[in-house]
Amino acid sequence: MSDQDTFAFALALADDTLVLGHRLSEWSSKAPTLEEDIALSNLGLDVIGQARLFYQLAARLEGKGRDEDKLAYFRDAPEFRNVLLVELPRGDFAFTMGRQLVVTAFLHPYYAAMTRSTVPDFAEIAAKAVKEMAYHVRHSAEWVIRLGDGTEESRRRMIAALDALWPYVGELFEMTVGERRLVASGAAPDRAAIRPDWDATIDRVLREAGLSRPTAAQNKTGGRSGRHSEHLVPMLAEMQELARAHPGATW
Amino acid sequence: MTQALTPLWEVFIRSRSGMPHRHCGSVHAADATLALQAARDVYTRRGESVSIWVMPSSAIIASDPAEKDELFEPTGTKIYRHPTFYDVPDEVGHM
Repeated sequence: MSDQDTFAFALALADDTLVLGHRLSEWSSKAPTLEEDIALSNLGLDVIGQARLFYQLAARLEGKGRDEDKLAYFRDAPEFRNVLLVELPRGDFAFTMGRQLVVTAFLHPYYAAMTRSTVPDFAEIAAKAVKEMAYHVRHSAEWVIRLGDGTEESRRRMIAALDALWPYVGELFEMTVGERRLVASGAAPDRAAIRPDWDATIDRVLREAGLSRPTAAQNKTGGRSGRHSEHLVPMLAEMQELARAHPGATW
Repeated sequence: MTQALTPLWEVFIRSRSGMPHRHCGSVHAADATLALQAARDVYTRRGESVSIWVMPSSAIIASDPAEKDELFEPTGTKIYRHPTFYDVPDEVGHM
């Protein structure tokens, strides 16, 4: 375990949650109902709040004077370490809810395990985040169930969303060499050990939704090493534009 | 979504233990579970609540505004119902 490993780990967690949060924020003023518009903003703010804590931690671990804003807004796509799943465009409401379920059904047990990290900073962030993730699982699961078991149209969209999401699921459970060292030292949870929990949540929700698990023909991966889809660059261009045009701006 | 698919629900929140639930607004939702979630998302974002109730707005039986004269007007002249004509001994303290 080295500072470089913990920095890279904190940065990857920060990038996952920031990019997911930005995708959720893209629903503001565009959600199907007023209630869900506010709910999606809430979900986005939860994970962006987690991203801030991970960026602040990464900045301290790096110790080179970069702060959270520098890390979030002044790195380019190849320097981002998020999984591909979170950078995919928000799609329709079924896709957004399906992704939120897939990601948070992982993050909820993952953060629960992280509360036992040997690094107190990670344990503290996880203790706060785990409650937020419990609600994300609940909220997104209720929607996946209703869309899957709803109208012909909603069911068709939910199935299409799961089919589109599934090739990206495997990357959630991948670990870099540095992350494996952190697992060995007890600093990071073992992603593979989260799988049974994730499977149980997904199977329960899909069963209730009357949906079956897609079979992914391929496993798309590369985000952890900075090999991103074509979707991340335009997303970052929009997300980073203000901070880059007016560095250090406050309001 | 149409009103038929997402009917109206009244939302009540309790701000602290020991306080009554108070009406705070309404949400549209397809069913009770989603109504509770929507109420949480819309009305408790700033830590306002320790408990939420939702109920179908259609379950409320309301008085008819046209009947307000017969229902409420007669009490206007019965000022003796206000407990303001009694001297409260100092020993009673705060009432």
